[in-house]
Amino acid sequence: MGDLFSLKQNIASFFMEIGEMSFFSLRFFKELFTKPFEFKELLNQCYSMGNKSLLLVGVTGLILGVVFTLQTRPTLLNFGAVAWMPSMISISIVREIGPVIIALICAGRIGSSIGAEIGSMRVTEQIDAMEVSGTNPFKYLVVTRILAATLMLPILVIFGDFIALIGSAIVENMKGSVSFVFYFNQVFQALTFSDVFPATIKTFFFGFAIGLVGCFKGYTSKKGTAGVGKASNSAVVYTSMLLFIIDFIAVFVTDIFT
Amino acid sequence: MSITNKIENLKSDKAVLLVKDLYKGFGENKVLNGFNLTLFEGENLVLMGKSGSGKSVMIKCLVGLMHPDRGSVELLGQDIAQLSLSEMNNLRTNIGFLFQGSALYDSMTVRENLEFPLRRHTKKLTEEETDTLVMEALENVGLTHTVDWMPEELSGGMQRRIALARALILKPKIIFYDEPTTGLDPITAKEIILLILKIQEKFKTSSLIITHDVDCARVISNRMLLLLDGINYAEGTFKELSISEDPKIKAFFK
Repeated sequence: MGDLFSLKQNIASFFMEIGEMSFFSLRFFKELFTKPFEFKELLNQCYSMGNKSLLLVGVTGLILGVVFTLQTRPTLLNFGAVAWMPSMISISIVREIGPVIIALICAGRIGSSIGAEIGSMRVTEQIDAMEVSGTNPFKYLVVTRILAATLMLPILVIFGDFIALIGSAIVENMKGSVSFVFYFNQVFQALTFSDVFPATIKTFFFGFAIGLVGCFKGYTSKKGTAGVGKASNSAVVYTSMLLFIIDFIAVFVTDIFT
Repeated sequence: MSITNKIENLKSDKAVLLVKDLYKGFGENKVLNGFNLTLFEGENLVLMGKSGSGKSVMIKCLVGLMHPDRGSVELLGQDIAQLSLSEMNNLRTNIGFLFQGSALYDSMTVRENLEFPLRRHTKKLTEEETDTLVMEALENVGLTHTVDWMPEELSGGMQRRIALARALILKPKIIFYDEPTTGLDPITAKEIILLILKIQEKFKTSSLIITHDVDCARVISNRMLLLLDGINYAEGTFKELSISEDPKIKAFFK
């Protein structure tokens, strides 16, 4: 009986949280188009999220390209299809693996940092101080961060994909004596607009999800420093789950149109 | 060091803050049960109450950080419940708020903390004008040398003084102090008390001070109000209340 009651409570609180997050995102769209616009803070956040994530995304992309190529190569060799390597790797990375892996890495790097930063501002009354000084904290802290994440993630994914392809080209060059020019020639022949466009569009949604969940968890965090840790942690968990749901929907929609 | 009450009676008859019949609760826990308050221009009103008696909830209702369940708050002649967000933000530029934990923006330097309200609420100031105002505010609290420090490099007392400088930078008409001496050693607490007095004398602001520090109340207050069970239990000067025979009032001064 107790377990059933607890299950009911958990389900209720799950849907309540989804409702709260929906209102939070509606407020974001409302505040996005009302003055004053916080351009300076938006640029700060773009720099912080974009520039400071470049190394992490670059290293991840490189390892992804190298490992993916090393793992796939023997199988393709067995089938005598190693010439398809650049096409196969580029399509896989650009359409699916690159965006998802880099978005997950960014959920850890950006989502948790937003959750922790805004959460600690909440518990130390810095958000209240901002509000009392006549500044709209939602606009200053939330709108700028969600927008920056939405704008920066596609750039990071494109950068990460490119580095992954370089990693793959390095392996092909070393193992199969394929020149870089030939490799990238094959890559650009294989990739079409219908591969790149939907993959890029979905990264905007990934960025929005990372910013939204991080800000929501931080902005609504409670219960002191423990609450900050929880906000940061659950921002990553919820975002990761949401990324897969968005990816599923994006693939489903793309499939209908192609 | 002995502190003597140096406040002159600056009080006028003009009310700058009028709180009527304020109710606020959180579920079953009723925190404010019909609280009333009037703050007159130029006076220092001290609000005392036990921990958990709803002092901080009350002060947050006054500046719109919390919404009361019932009752009205009239701030500088405007009913805050009737104001839009932008109107409320305009009104807030006339209010200074010193938070219990200072609430300095920890990702910004002292200079940026002080510039933050300035850049948002003053018509385009040049870099020089902004710098002059920042240094002037820091001079008021005796901490000009910390202008490029980060909040984490400041002691608790210094943080409180910088927070006070930030609250003062827009030259507010009313300042709310939420337990200004809590968590400070007695010497630093006395420094803060003297600083509040100095500021009161210099800027002629009206102040509502929430505290349970009897020394602070004795030195700062023109008038005192005791909050008990969500209502204003007693009102008077420090002297009047401190000699009261009522055991509940006596308990505050022990």
